Amino acid sequence: MTSMLPSALRLPPALHRHRGLIILAALIAVLPLALRNDYHYDVVINAGLNAIVVVGLNLLIGYAGQISLGHAAFFGLGAYVSAILTTTYGWPALGAMATGIVVVGIVAYVIARPILRLKGHYLAMATLGIGVIISIVLNTEAQVTGGPDGMSAAPFTVLGYTFASEQSWYWLVGGALLLTVWLSTNLIDSPIGRALRALHGAEIGARVVGIDTTRYKVLIFVISAMFASFAGSLFAHHTPTVTPSILGFIKSVEFVVMAVFGGMASVMGSVVGAFIMTLLPNVLAAFEDFEPIILGGIMMGTMIFMPKGLVPTIAKKLRRKEAP
Amino acid sequence: MLLEIQGLESHYGRVKALKGVDVAVKSGELVALVGANGAGKTTMLRALSGVQSISAGSIRFDGHDITRLPAHKRVHLGIAQVPEGRQVFGPMSVEDNLLMGTYRRRGAKPGDDMERMYDTFPILKTKRKQAAGLLSGGQQQMLAMARALMSNPRLLLLDEPSMGLAPLLVGEIFNAVERLKAQGMTILLVEQNAFQALGIADRGYVMETGDITMADDAQVLLGDERVKAAYLGL
Repeated sequence: MTSMLPSALRLPPALHRHRGLIILAALIAVLPLALRNDYHYDVVINAGLNAIVVVGLNLLIGYAGQISLGHAAFFGLGAYVSAILTTTYGWPALGAMATGIVVVGIVAYVIARPILRLKGHYLAMATLGIGVIISIVLNTEAQVTGGPDGMSAAPFTVLGYTFASEQSWYWLVGGALLLTVWLSTNLIDSPIGRALRALHGAEIGARVVGIDTTRYKVLIFVISAMFASFAGSLFAHHTPTVTPSILGFIKSVEFVVMAVFGGMASVMGSVVGAFIMTLLPNVLAAFEDFEPIILGGIMMGTMIFMPKGLVPTIAKKLRRKEAP
Repeated sequence: MLLEIQGLESHYGRVKALKGVDVAVKSGELVALVGANGAGKTTMLRALSGVQSISAGSIRFDGHDITRLPAHKRVHLGIAQVPEGRQVFGPMSVEDNLLMGTYRRRGAKPGDDMERMYDTFPILKTKRKQAAGLLSGGQQQMLAMARALMSNPRLLLLDEPSMGLAPLLVGEIFNAVERLKAQGMTILLVEQNAFQALGIADRGYVMETGDITMADDAQVLLGDERVKAAYLGL
């Protein structure tokens, strides 16, 4: 991606790498002008939380070439850790969130070594299995988790300020998303990112230049699970009740679909994919029974006409126009 | 001996691909390992670089037992492989591919080495900003060799460098291998193209269905009736 901006708007090199971040920040700043009620805010906040998960997941899928059908479980685990620690044990929200991220990181690390030995469909199946197991545990340990009825987290309070209104949540999630995008962009441009890109296309090639491919795969799996946990913790404080349905298999598939739809190996693609796939069902609700058909049609159309995903395809078109 | 392989065995599932291979390479030598398709040549190189698991036998490199050492640590010791099918990093530029070759050399300044590679393979310099995936097969082969050399190896493993290349390019690649040898590089060359490989090698091994069947000076092997009949088509 050389540029998504018209050449008149070209940024100095130091900022160029973060142009996506700058555009995103500008969009987040002006979007409230179009949001007219709490329902609008709620949809956009959930889109932002999904985007955080998908940006992390795309590091794994798009850059490391691994697939996970279990990311909803990490999202859910983060949500439950926050809910349990803040309500049952009265922990501060940020402490609970950090604990959730660490716990999920450890869980991901423990399962990553055996799982990442697998390839392709087997890896997808194994991550799917992890999701199912975590879901069953949370469903059955009712005395801790509230079982199928779920539980609520305490309000999100930081330094005495409680995020209560939808507006305050909007800015909180917006900031969290920007932080995620910034971290991911830096990660991709680091030696870790280069190692990941190398092992994606040519794993043997990567190993014989001295890249410990297993280590990097494990690392990125853990990092992307931690992003999911981060979003899950925020979600727990924002939603009225955390139930096991948030970490089901379908949710994991939705995350993968968002990443693929928006564009693999594209941070901004992940954000766009998450927003569109979160907003679409709400927009299409007017069509009632036809909603799944229209949604499915859009998905198929994208995969047929834009197999690289939305953002990379559009970026390429713009680049062509710019430099004929 | 820089490299000493003894009784090396390796399996693909239940199929034994290497049945106790003994190979040795002295410092500064160019050794060719020739044999037909499926003889186990590539398996042996992969076992050497650590990307293929070993079920029996031992590998010693410069006095160290490296049989169980993971691939990335062998690179650190000075073993660089140019894998079969080249395995360049397609979306990255030629220059970034070369830089990836220095991945194990933390803190090293790769500028001089890069210039040296551009001297050895001038075509890479003219293409240095291009994506590696857009290079021709021969150029990718040169890039894969240059990338391996960027790690400053003491032993270079070349896996079928002539595979899939036009005859003219094959000659160019073999010239490059000879130049490297002249500079003192120790090379283990695996080739189906037995005639050309033995032509530039000091010594040669002939491999058949997972076993070394002949080992001798390259010139002797070139003159051997059985080798001629089986591999040189003479």
